Amino acid sequence: MAIFLTKESKVIVQGMTGSEGQKHTKRMLASGTNIVGGVNPRKAGTDVDFDGTQVPVFGSVKEAIEATGADATVIFVPPKFAKDAVVEAVDAGIGLAVVITEGIAVHDTAYFWDYACQKGNKTRIVGPNCPGLITPGQSNAGIIPGDITRAGRIGLVSKSGTLTYQMMYELRDLGFSSAVGIGGDPVIGTTHIDALQAFEADPDTDLVVMIGEIGGDAEERAADFIKENVTKPVVGYVAGFTAPEGKTMGHAGAIVSGSSGTAQAKKEALEAAGVKVGKTPSETARLARELLGG
Amino acid sequence: MDLFEYQARDIFAKHDVPVLAGEVIDTPEAAREVTERLGGRAVVKAQVKTGGRGKAGGVKLAADPADAVEKARAILGMDIKGHTVQKVMLAETADIAEEYYVSFLLDRTNRTFLAMASVEGGVEIEEVAATKPEALAKIPVDAIEGVTDTKAREIAQAAKFPAELTDQVANVLKKLWDVFVREDALLVEVNPLVKTGDGKVIALDGKVSLDEGAEFRQPDHAALEDKSAADPLEAAAKAKGLNYVKLDGQVGIIGNGAGLVMSTLDVVAYAGEAHKNVKPANFLDIGGGASAEVMANGLEIILGDPDVKSVFVNVFGGITACDAVANGIVQALELLKSKGEDVNKPLVVRLDGNNAELGRKILTDANHPLVQQVDTMDGAADRAAELAAK
Repeated sequence: MAIFLTKESKVIVQGMTGSEGQKHTKRMLASGTNIVGGVNPRKAGTDVDFDGTQVPVFGSVKEAIEATGADATVIFVPPKFAKDAVVEAVDAGIGLAVVITEGIAVHDTAYFWDYACQKGNKTRIVGPNCPGLITPGQSNAGIIPGDITRAGRIGLVSKSGTLTYQMMYELRDLGFSSAVGIGGDPVIGTTHIDALQAFEADPDTDLVVMIGEIGGDAEERAADFIKENVTKPVVGYVAGFTAPEGKTMGHAGAIVSGSSGTAQAKKEALEAAGVKVGKTPSETARLARELLGG
Repeated sequence: MDLFEYQARDIFAKHDVPVLAGEVIDTPEAAREVTERLGGRAVVKAQVKTGGRGKAGGVKLAADPADAVEKARAILGMDIKGHTVQKVMLAETADIAEEYYVSFLLDRTNRTFLAMASVEGGVEIEEVAATKPEALAKIPVDAIEGVTDTKAREIAQAAKFPAELTDQVANVLKKLWDVFVREDALLVEVNPLVKTGDGKVIALDGKVSLDEGAEFRQPDHAALEDKSAADPLEAAAKAKGLNYVKLDGQVGIIGNGAGLVMSTLDVVAYAGEAHKNVKPANFLDIGGGASAEVMANGLEIILGDPDVKSVFVNVFGGITACDAVANGIVQALELLKSKGEDVNKPLVVRLDGNNAELGRKILTDANHPLVQQVDTMDGAADRAAELAAK
């Protein structure tokens, strides 16, 4: 099983012919992703060679879906064009749109999120400003290194890319069902709650590790959700205890405003929901290990 | 990026929001001529990015140009909640009959925008929200549809504006929405929005916060930045394109990825509890690439911070290979030495992930006297804190 992405997923790449797109398409193919096409209207009809694998380029997401049956797209287009790229993906009715692009204006993200909602939420948006998601041994949609760990029974959802990698590395011997990087922007598509809900329903996931950081109230809401709806053990980690008020810490959404969005408040909310919260990434990994019985 | 009131006023004027005439000055003498231009009287307003300036004495009415010079002299240089007043705005005086409140902001929780409005303006809106929540209307605004005439009227009515003002308030709301969207703002607030004695609705004081992520299509916004307020190290880091925040500790931090760096700060602070309470000196995310040049730029900033006693380089090689990072560190130290920089603070390096073994070997072979390696993040944080406490 796994969540959102499996070996059956047929993946296209918007922005595949750009430098980031090419680099990561190659990596995704190497970790077993079934990449069925790229999208670039100016290069439609050509093929791109990735170490002997020919990947066709289509003029639009719609054409790519018609030709290949694609059901997921990974978006690498620059911030300026990202809104249109997501809107195009939603219009084409694709099931999953993973937006890797960093630096999209908040108004653009709010626009495409609203657009997806108005179209009936048929497209699951992951990101923006995220590393994407991986189902080890099956498929990898985004930039998460495919060789950190293997398939296993831990689910991971995280606002941070490198902390996702760190946590996968700490628990690499146990392996992961799926790891989802939801991104650190103020407005994102898939949330901690969406991933928790999917992991709860996934028979191949035994435990969920949830990584949050300062800013907003997503972790607090996830805590409420866990209390009511999650029966599987959840281990949490929150970054940013030492972050000063009013300063953006790398991620556009990582900011403590007044007394809201602090790491302490998030930790307390999660603990009140029965989540074991680690003080450091390695302690968090240790807690997960203990709960899994070794 | 938060703007000063005078910058907000200028942006409002650009989008036809009704505002009073006003000009900003930074010397008392300049007040005379400006006040004459404003008709002989002016309100002298401290320009600080904090609330409560009225209570602190940062807003004064000047009866004539000479008085304006005196008032400006008194306010310039004043300290308001830790902010030194470097500029004052002289504004046309108004005959205020009523004070209201309106704003547009991002609602992160609901992933949409929100209009807030109240006929009880002029005070801190948090106070209204806390003590009289029913007096503050909150209306969601759809990102695509925006503020139509119907929506603007809905907001005005929900806030219980007097019926005879609905047209004017709706017009102001539509213009403010233009500011919010066209300027890529995350907050546009008018407090107070006033009704004058002759029944006109005017934005008297405004607060605007802009989305720095939209700079690619807002070329004018960079000029609005208050360079005088920036920490010199932060300014130098920004000029080099580095994502750096100055903190007040002693352990310099370099890492890759915002989340990992935030986590590194926390882990160093915990480790510091056992070492004279040393704390992280900064946030610095060198991102995925971590080339020698970026590493050298980062090290240069951190070594230039007199508070820094030790440096912790914490890298998890995800996409980046650790051998490239290790080479980056070695080359960066050479580069800094060749530039005549005094490199004399110990560096604790933790490399993990992609090609970690190779990276560690490169650093071991380079055998730089200042570089020590520790294999785990917690262990390396402890070592860096210990060195900083010496």
